[in-house]
Amino acid sequence: MSGALSDLRVLDLTRHISGPYCTKLLAEFGAEVIKVETPGAGDPSRRIGPFVGDLPHPEKSGLFLYLNTGKKSITLDLRCESGKKLLKELARDVDVVVENFEAGILEGLGLGYEALSQINPSLVMTSISSFGQTGPYKEYKGTDIVEMAMGGLMYITGSPKREPLKYAGSQSQYVGGAYGATGTMLACMYRDSTGIGQHVDVSVMEAVISSLSDSMITYQYEGKIRMRLGGLNWAVHPSHIMPCKDGYILVSILTQGRWGDFCQFMNRPDLGEDPRFQTGIGRVSHAKEIDAAVEPWVMQWNREELFQAAQAWRLPFSLVLTTEDLLKDPQLIERKYFERIEHPVAGTFDYPGRPFQMSETPYKVSRAPFLGEHNIEIYCGRLGLSREDLVRLRTNAVI
Amino acid sequence: MSGLPLHGVRVIDLTMVWAGPLAASMLADMGAEVIKVESRRRQDAVRYLIYPKGEPGEDPWNRSGYFQRFNRNKYGITLDLTTRRGVEIFKQLVLTSDVVMENFTPRVMENFGLDYPVLRSIRPDIVMISMPAFGRSGPYRDYLGFGNSVEAMSGLSSMMGYEDGPPILGGVTFGDPVAGVHAAFAILAALHYRERTGKGQHIEIAQRECFTRFIGEAIMDYTMNGRVGRRMGNRHQYRAPHGCYPCKGEDEWVVIDAGSDEEWDKLCEVMGKPALAQDKRFFDSLSRWKNQDELNKIISEWTRQHDHYEVMRLLQGAGVPAGAVLTNKELLEDEHLKKRHFFHDINHPGAGVFPQVGPPVKLSCTPGSIRMHGPRLGEHNQLILSGLLGVSGDELDALVKEGIIGTEPLVAQQHFA
Repeated sequence: MSGALSDLRVLDLTRHISGPYCTKLLAEFGAEVIKVETPGAGDPSRRIGPFVGDLPHPEKSGLFLYLNTGKKSITLDLRCESGKKLLKELARDVDVVVENFEAGILEGLGLGYEALSQINPSLVMTSISSFGQTGPYKEYKGTDIVEMAMGGLMYITGSPKREPLKYAGSQSQYVGGAYGATGTMLACMYRDSTGIGQHVDVSVMEAVISSLSDSMITYQYEGKIRMRLGGLNWAVHPSHIMPCKDGYILVSILTQGRWGDFCQFMNRPDLGEDPRFQTGIGRVSHAKEIDAAVEPWVMQWNREELFQAAQAWRLPFSLVLTTEDLLKDPQLIERKYFERIEHPVAGTFDYPGRPFQMSETPYKVSRAPFLGEHNIEIYCGRLGLSREDLVRLRTNAVI
Repeated sequence: MSGLPLHGVRVIDLTMVWAGPLAASMLADMGAEVIKVESRRRQDAVRYLIYPKGEPGEDPWNRSGYFQRFNRNKYGITLDLTTRRGVEIFKQLVLTSDVVMENFTPRVMENFGLDYPVLRSIRPDIVMISMPAFGRSGPYRDYLGFGNSVEAMSGLSSMMGYEDGPPILGGVTFGDPVAGVHAAFAILAALHYRERTGKGQHIEIAQRECFTRFIGEAIMDYTMNGRVGRRMGNRHQYRAPHGCYPCKGEDEWVVIDAGSDEEWDKLCEVMGKPALAQDKRFFDSLSRWKNQDELNKIISEWTRQHDHYEVMRLLQGAGVPAGAVLTNKELLEDEHLKKRHFFHDINHPGAGVFPQVGPPVKLSCTPGSIRMHGPRLGEHNQLILSGLLGVSGDELDALVKEGIIGTEPLVAQQHFA
């Protein structure tokens, strides 16, 4: 069975998180992704943890292993003339180039969209950067926390009494990569019907803003600044995480009908009839009174019991699962979500699996490549260089 | 829209609220003809959220700013799928369409008699996408879940919070846009495959599974080392200084991420404290990480004297990653976003012109634009049913009379209110 994207060949100049997540998606659905890494060091994420056994090793970074499943790796120094020439030869023969250097870096090397599209006019090139390819911030340095702050997500997250709070992990970087993959496919669709390639400019800051909803719209339509709400919902209550006997649970009452059901479930019909609590806004403005009644009741429960009992009442309560809990989650186990992947150097581990399932075309995941693992296959097999040429290039530190 | 990538692609959008409508709007921005199907019985719940200047007016369901954000560039019809005639018309629509999108709980489409096997028998190459919270199989198949559930069940919430505090939800239900963007990608991948093979397919995106990918490295840390992901506030697991610092104005903040020795030296220089770079508490990256509380105090003393944009400009000028923590108001006024034409005006029916987020990625040949406002309830009933499906004028009247179509809700369902 061929993958949905098995006709696409992708030259992947990305590193760290946003770009590799984009090309990981393409690889998972069948594209051939050729990752170009710096000779010697490789993708900087090879030097970022977590490492197997906390022992830093370029083939043992969990971050790298996870983000680069199913790709091929070649090494190439883009700063020297031989390297530039080889890159152009590779670009001639691919459908897509994805890169996430800071804006302007590739242009500076003579390898920007203008140059590559001259060699390959139907090329789709996707550039993912912190702030985009144009505009006054284009050369600013961005990392996940910076992109989240400037994307408006951080100001509204956390407690109103404390500093704004970053989302855990690298959410901006990941979402920037996901928008990048979607933009790439839009350009591929256009190329499918017209033969014309184009340049896709993805700003991670804008990807974050595009992932806001009410907080942005509230200012656009009502002129109101949205503050941090300490994990509470702006429109309904309760809809927040509460402590219970053995952990935490999300208590979530989104609609009016559910409030009545919830009060019956708690055996507190008086609350269900209280006129102050009859609308979402009413419950938001009386949040303290509601919490005073609900939180002690929640504290009497174990989280699993409360989760199951609430769902039986058709109340959308949820478990607050840790990474440890996830690996034991019955839903994920039954649906075979985690992928056990063997890697000869790093070992065999469970990785997060598919983003979605397609009935006709497979999801395909295999281990991340060693640094330069596919040099011979690509340079000799594709570009027709001899083994001796490879030695010459290696001696000159081109590959 | 012949100049856009998805010209000629027709999408039936049954999705509601955020994740699904965002996916469909990304397709609509790029030229797909998206027909949003609601009913007089059941409208998109966000039709009752956030009105122009806070005024719901006489027809609140047509005035929501929230609805506009995720439904621009779409056509809108009403169709009661609990009636036989409604289902028949829907099937006619499927016959002329390429994609059907839904984000109900798994049993709803089955109850309508409109699950994938039925749709495929009508139109063999149809691409259908379902977006359940937990998936169409497994013990939680029929459990209720919304964006906040996805966040809690994905594992993210357990790691969200201040380092000394409980887990909390984020400022938005971030799992929604994450699922939405992946859904758009999935549909495009399926259409690309169909182009090549003529085959349609059914896509299932379990929103929790999709979002769990965004904490991939924390899961790897658990499966590799048995280390459970924990709350770290604004700290970074490996780098310091990395945090959010108070500025001069009220509730005004800046973030700084100066992990390398070079960035640290520059930060000290910009703060006017070059001696600090030589201080042995902060001399190397490991010492800075271990002494980050002290370090953060020193940085805060400096940031407090400046406004957040000023700190950002000073530090970025010296090559140190830093960013102002922007409010919704500041985003709309930001000079960078203005130069990039990020916000577009939308002519909101009956209410005036308001700014909205434009297409989220910039395609050089086919940038796309906001061509149409989000549809009023049933706004395109005649255009689609008569114009596209050939339903006669008489029958259209009968459908209105029977309540199968219409432009007013049976009950204005203020879902979230």
